[in-house]
Amino acid sequence: MFLLKDIKYKDILDIKELKFEESKVACIVGESGSGKTTLLRLLNKLISCDGGEIFYKNKPFKHINSVDLRREVVMLPQAPAIYGGSIKDNLLIGLKFGEKPIVSDERLLEILRLVKLNKGLNDDADKLSGGEKQRIALGRVILMEPEVLLLDEPSSALDEDTEELIIEALVSYTRNRGKTLIMVTHSKKIAGSFSDKIVELSKRDSY
Amino acid sequence: MEGVIDLQLWQLAASYVFIVILLFIVKARGISREKEIIVSSIRMTLQLILTGYLLVYLFNNSNPLYTLLVIAIMEVFAIYNIIKRSKFKLSKGLKRIVAISMLFGTLSSILYFLFVVVNISPWYNPRYFIPIAGMLIGNSMTGISLGVTRLVDGMYTKRYLVESALMLGATPKGASKEIVDNAFDSAILPTINSMVGMGIVFLPGMMTGQILSGTSPVTSIKYQIAIMLGILGSVALTVIIFLHLGYKTFFNDESQLNIGE
Repeated sequence: MFLLKDIKYKDILDIKELKFEESKVACIVGESGSGKTTLLRLLNKLISCDGGEIFYKNKPFKHINSVDLRREVVMLPQAPAIYGGSIKDNLLIGLKFGEKPIVSDERLLEILRLVKLNKGLNDDADKLSGGEKQRIALGRVILMEPEVLLLDEPSSALDEDTEELIIEALVSYTRNRGKTLIMVTHSKKIAGSFSDKIVELSKRDSY
Repeated sequence: MEGVIDLQLWQLAASYVFIVILLFIVKARGISREKEIIVSSIRMTLQLILTGYLLVYLFNNSNPLYTLLVIAIMEVFAIYNIIKRSKFKLSKGLKRIVAISMLFGTLSSILYFLFVVVNISPWYNPRYFIPIAGMLIGNSMTGISLGVTRLVDGMYTKRYLVESALMLGATPKGASKEIVDNAFDSAILPTINSMVGMGIVFLPGMMTGQILSGTSPVTSIKYQIAIMLGILGSVALTVIIFLHLGYKTFFNDESQLNIGE
């Protein structure tokens, strides 16, 4: 799905070669400051690397329109972005940004169940707790049904039990649909039990 | 023009006594703003005296070159003022957009207003050209200033939301839509407010001036209506051009956010 060659980004990343396979779950782990988030941002083309080349489906990044790419390769940032309005508004806004067709309320409720959130669609999204907001943001991304999900610590604001439940649901959801999942996590346990591939980054190293 | 009271010099002097009284009150209340009041009063007086003589000269020696020169000076001053008075440091690209939108927005409004609405002759008649251009340029300047502030402020404070929208596949336009809409609202609101209060809460300056100088209130009102619509159009046009081009300066060709960490 992705092939990274000789990637350099400032003095944060220096990657000789790295591959992410299609329809697989990969976890990125490593100490803070090792460039985990930067790697996701590169794959989302939110930033461009200083040297080297990234290929997506064998096509070099520079020949892919950034917005088109991001509609297939969606990224979820670590701190959830809440846009004001109701839970429904916040779930749908991803589809609106990505200019995709709006879905039914039933589908939205299904997504809320998937992220284990027992709330009404018309509840005020601003009043939710940090963990609840994070799950709304996760639901928003799942709703977009992208080819690739790039998740930056999607469970950092959750307690351990909820975390495992949600990651498990997420992984089985993406596996059933043959989607690719690339996830930054601080939890070695999650990385160990759910991923097909673990990428470990350390500060200013080569791989 | 009969019955118009031309102010004598001593009458004008009397209006300064008013300010002297104000100064005493300000001093007695311990508000330390005497210096600003004095300086701004003197500055205003000098600027207007100079402008008065300049206008007399221009009206007596009307010449297309002079008219165009005055308009050019007004535009340059307005653009400089917008950039200089912004509390943010503007990028080169954004400064250029300020200049483009001011020039294009105000000039097209001025041309339409002078040649279609008022239909002046000769085309460079300074008695119409200069004051009307001044009003359109001045109001558009205020509008863009507000628009600049709201756009830049919005992009910085909501940077995280903008970037999160990009991550989801939003176009730069879609990601900054809310900020752009807000900036337009706040830029156009003062003009809308002054239209709503006009004639009831206050009599607009231009109309007051014309009435005091002996023009029939009906004629003054016709001019006032036309100029208000002209101002609204000019402000809206300049702000729309500014925002339409301005938000793009915050993104690069790869649709990545282009502002510092």
